[in-house]
Amino acid sequence: MHTNRTDAHARVAESAYRIRRFALQMGEVQGQGYVGQALGYADVLATAYCHAMNYRAEEPGWEGRDRFLLSHGHYAIAFYAALIEAGVIPGDELETYGSDDSRLPMSGMATYTPGMEMSGGSLGQGLPIAVGIALGLRLKGNPAFVYNSMSDGELDEGSTWEAAMGAAHHGLGNLICLVDINNQQADGPSSKVLGFEPLADKWAAFGWHVQRVNGNDLPAVIAAFDTARALPDAKPRVILFDTLMGKGVPFLETREKNHFIRVDPPEWQQAIDILDQAQGAAR
Amino acid sequence: MSNSTAKKPRLTTSAMIASIASEGQRIKAAPFGKALVELAAQRQDIVGLTADLAKYTDLHLFAQAYPERFFQMGMAEQLLMASAGGMAKEGFVPFATTYAVFGTRRAFDFVHQVIAEENLNVKMCCALPGLTTGYGPSHQATEDIALMRGVPGMTIVDPCDALDIEQAVPQIAAHDGPVYMRLLRGNVPLVLDEYDYSFELGKAKMLRDGRDVLVISSGILTMRALEVAKALEADKIDVGVLHVPTIKPLDTETILREARRAGRLVVVAENHTTVGGLGEAVATALLTAGVTPQFRQIALPDAFLDAGALPTLHDRYGISAEAMSATIKSWLG
Repeated sequence: MHTNRTDAHARVAESAYRIRRFALQMGEVQGQGYVGQALGYADVLATAYCHAMNYRAEEPGWEGRDRFLLSHGHYAIAFYAALIEAGVIPGDELETYGSDDSRLPMSGMATYTPGMEMSGGSLGQGLPIAVGIALGLRLKGNPAFVYNSMSDGELDEGSTWEAAMGAAHHGLGNLICLVDINNQQADGPSSKVLGFEPLADKWAAFGWHVQRVNGNDLPAVIAAFDTARALPDAKPRVILFDTLMGKGVPFLETREKNHFIRVDPPEWQQAIDILDQAQGAAR
Repeated sequence: MSNSTAKKPRLTTSAMIASIASEGQRIKAAPFGKALVELAAQRQDIVGLTADLAKYTDLHLFAQAYPERFFQMGMAEQLLMASAGGMAKEGFVPFATTYAVFGTRRAFDFVHQVIAEENLNVKMCCALPGLTTGYGPSHQATEDIALMRGVPGMTIVDPCDALDIEQAVPQIAAHDGPVYMRLLRGNVPLVLDEYDYSFELGKAKMLRDGRDVLVISSGILTMRALEVAKALEADKIDVGVLHVPTIKPLDTETILREARRAGRLVVVAENHTTVGGLGEAVATALLTAGVTPQFRQIALPDAFLDAGALPTLHDRYGISAEAMSATIKSWLG
């Protein structure tokens, strides 16, 4: 079935809107959370789950699925929103986010949540795990991709670069690394905490196919995923996404950034209303 | 020193990978590598990974036999452990090798979070355990068991000799979950075939009985304990040896049964620091059960150990057969 690009963009944009909305609803449940990151990364997650990846919502362990590793476990709020949008977990479960005995803990863990492929949060572990999964898939003759999703703060970790070397050395064309560059980590702007530029040059020098795009420009994000998947070279691929924390909710986009964005109690509903209005206008 | 006194030659540090076998001792070459090659012939899910130490862990034999199932990860132990975890997620049974210092100290969080937290089927086989090299603390894994004992769900094996290793390989592969095995490589002593013994994962076994002393030991100190038991026969001291090759989970039932026998000095002997190893594990088991024999530890000191020749160091730190015999005799008064 042929879908023209405009249709695809509109469909993914709808998903990105709902992912942002689910994340805000979860944030309201807890009164806190990494909602700024979720809003900033929603376009990437929507493209992954509603455009690029092969999976079966009703069978999270399907052998033919593309694997998606959430290395930055604190992005769980964003990822659960994507899993709800993908139909892997039911929407009414978001009310349990971060509560005792919930399948949706604050930091993502493989043993808790269907569709969660690793226990993230100890940063810098996703990419080396992805190397092993990619080697395993290749050895089995399984054509699936493994995606490793990580934050720019994880560029500080030595294990990331061990894995970058290993993936290139082993010619892992089935590995796609997604880096969210929002330039915020615990102690301040990532570029001030431990400078990582020129980042595209670094990955290229490590032997990777590199794309750097605006992670909130949906057509560009979709095109980058398409390019990464279609590339015939036996080399790993990285997409560097420059994103804006709080994207889609102007009063959060411009609020002073930290590792967290402060959201006052009445603002959760205000933010959801703004999303709803913008999406209504877009339709 | 006068010229008439014969000078004792000063020993030199041997090569990193020198055999721990003493001169004239019966040995088997590369028991780990050979056992893994044999197992891989039957099990297609066995894969091997190393961090630039295939030759030094006998994994090169596997690499030669099954090049398509061997993965060189470079001198990158975090990548080694995490990628082994990734392969386990895809249904393989990875054997990951490096030195014990790097597999534990360097890669610890990757062992803990990637492998153990998800109970992945990775078998970490790590050479140079305890004091088996004279290269100093950089290579002496004197606290590896303490670290690994703290990891929930970790199975820990400290084999004595070539027989233990070759029998352990298929059993740790068959076990569902992570395993840390201390590895002896190269020409490995062969000792346990002289006893009515076979390795069983999770089981402690009496190798010889004795009325006066019960040595509870693991690893190469079981070999030493057996030498001590023979040597002390001349002094009419009857030494029993309980070999505990699986340190976690501990075979508490067998240990308590033997330790309850009245009138014996209980000595726990291990090639590991006094902190957090078999000695403390046994002490906890005994006290918890209210079994309180006279209890002593033979283990490495809680210190950064010297560099030097292994025989010198084993004497210095009390884990040579001669030093152990003298220590036990002194305790018996």
